[in-house]
Amino acid sequence: MTDPATQAPTIGVLSLQGAFREHIQALERLGAVAVDVRRRRQLEGLDGLVIPGGESTTIGKLMVSYHMLDEVRRLGEEGLPIFGTCAGLVMLAQEVCEGDQPLLGLMDICARRNAFGRQVKSFETGLDIPAIGAEPLHGVFIRAPWIESAGSGVEVLASHEGHGVAARQGNLLVTAFHPELTDDLRLHELFLGMVRGPA
Amino acid sequence: MKIGTMTVKAGLAEMLKGGVIMDVTDAGQAKIAEDAGAVAVMALERVPSDIRADGGVARMADPEKIKEIQQAVSIPVMAKARIGHFVEAQILEALEVDYIDESEVLTPADEANHINKHKFTVPFVCGAVNLGEALRRIAEGAAMIRTKGEAGTGNVVEAVRHMRTILGEIKRLTSMDEDELFAAAKEHRAPVELVKWVAGNGKLPVVNFSAGGLATPADAALMMQLGAEGVFVGSGIFKSEDPASRAKAIVEATTHYNDPKVLAEVSSGLKQAMPGIEISEIGEENLIQHRGW
Repeated sequence: MTDPATQAPTIGVLSLQGAFREHIQALERLGAVAVDVRRRRQLEGLDGLVIPGGESTTIGKLMVSYHMLDEVRRLGEEGLPIFGTCAGLVMLAQEVCEGDQPLLGLMDICARRNAFGRQVKSFETGLDIPAIGAEPLHGVFIRAPWIESAGSGVEVLASHEGHGVAARQGNLLVTAFHPELTDDLRLHELFLGMVRGPA
Repeated sequence: MKIGTMTVKAGLAEMLKGGVIMDVTDAGQAKIAEDAGAVAVMALERVPSDIRADGGVARMADPEKIKEIQQAVSIPVMAKARIGHFVEAQILEALEVDYIDESEVLTPADEANHINKHKFTVPFVCGAVNLGEALRRIAEGAAMIRTKGEAGTGNVVEAVRHMRTILGEIKRLTSMDEDELFAAAKEHRAPVELVKWVAGNGKLPVVNFSAGGLATPADAALMMQLGAEGVFVGSGIFKSEDPASRAKAIVEATTHYNDPKVLAEVSSGLKQAMPGIEISEIGEENLIQHRGW
C-alpha cells in the first residue's frame, strides 16, 4: 500500500526468474517501494506489478505451479497497473502467434516470440517514443518479441521496422525491449504515473 | 542499430538469471527440459558423466543434432565448443546457437590459447575456478561465467569450492585501497582495469552461474544461497531415475532457494539421483576442472 508518510507506492516485481533485480533498482531510484513477489500471498496490497524479462515459458510454468496466474489475471482485470518487459509483454498478451503456453491474456495483442530472430540477431537501437518525450530512448532487444497485431483499444507507443515494440492499454504497459538494462528511467516513470493515476 | 554488442551478449545472460540450464543430447530430452521450465538447454554429444566413463576425445555435438534441438524448443539453445577450437565456435555461430560454452568438459584443442571471443556475434560462457580465471575469460570476451565444479560427478563439493573462492576473492578486492590493486591484478593474473572494476562494484562485470556436479534440488538451492545467479545441471537430470520430475523440482528449488518449506516439498519422492563419485577417487590427473588456463 502507498506509504502514508512518503506517498511512495509499493510496486511488486514478479521474481520467479529473470532480470527482476534491475527492475527493483530502477523503481527504488524513482522513490517507489519495490518488493519481490515469489508467492501468491505476496500479491496482496500492491499498488502495481512489474513482470520482468526472462524466459516466458519458465515464468508462465512457475506462475501456474504456484497458483499465481489466476490471481494476477484477477488483479489486472480489477485495474491493478501492470508493466511487462519482453517476457512480461508475452505473459500479458491475449495470445502468442505460435505455440501454446500459459498466459495472463490481459492485453488485446498478439505477441510473436523471438520475432527478430535468435540471439545473433539481438540488437540495440534508438527508439522514438513520443509519450515519454522527444529524446529517443535506447532500446536493448534480446531475442525480443514484437506485437504482431493489436486491438483498437491498444495505443502503440513505439515501433521498430514496422512492428509494435511498446504499447499501453488502460492499466497495462508493455515493452518488447529492456528498459531495466539501461539508465534511462522514463518508462518506469511513465508506469509510476499510471500507478498514481491522474493528478 | 547494432548487433553483437557486449550489452546484448551479457543481456541474454541477465535474462537467464534465477533459472536452470540443462544439458541435453537430443530433441526428446530438450522437450522434457523445456516442459520442466528450463530457461535454456545445452546441446552436447554425451553428458559429462558419460564422457568421464567412456574416455576418448570429446568434441562439439553433431550440427544435425543441434538443429533438431533448435526445432524442438523455443527457449535458447546453447552448445559446447572445445577450449581454443575457434572453428567449432564458427560452426556453432553459423548454426545460430544462442550461446557457446567454451568448455573444459570437452577435450581442449589448444593448450595455450582460449578462443578470442570478441570476434564473434554470438555470446560465450566460460568456466572458472577462481576470480583470476573468470577475469581472463571476460578479457577474452566472455559475456557470462560459470563455476567449473567437477562435471559428471554428481558431487557438488567442487562447485561450492569454486563459488566460495570467486566470491571470497571479490570481497577481498573491495577492501583494498587503489595502490594494492596493481599487485592484486598481478597475483590474479588478470587485467588491472577489470580488477579495478570488480573492486569498485563488488561483483563480476557479467552474470555468474554455478555448474559442475549439481544433482539435487538442494544442490541448486545451496549454490543460489551461496551467491550463484542461476545454475547449470548436466548429467544430474538425465542420469537420474525420473528426469522430468527431477528437472521440474530443480527449477522450483532454484526460484524458491530461500524457502526451506518449498525445498522440502519439491525434494520429496524424486526417485534415485544420479550415482555420485567421491572426488578423491578420481585422481588429481583426471580432474576436468584443471583444463583451461
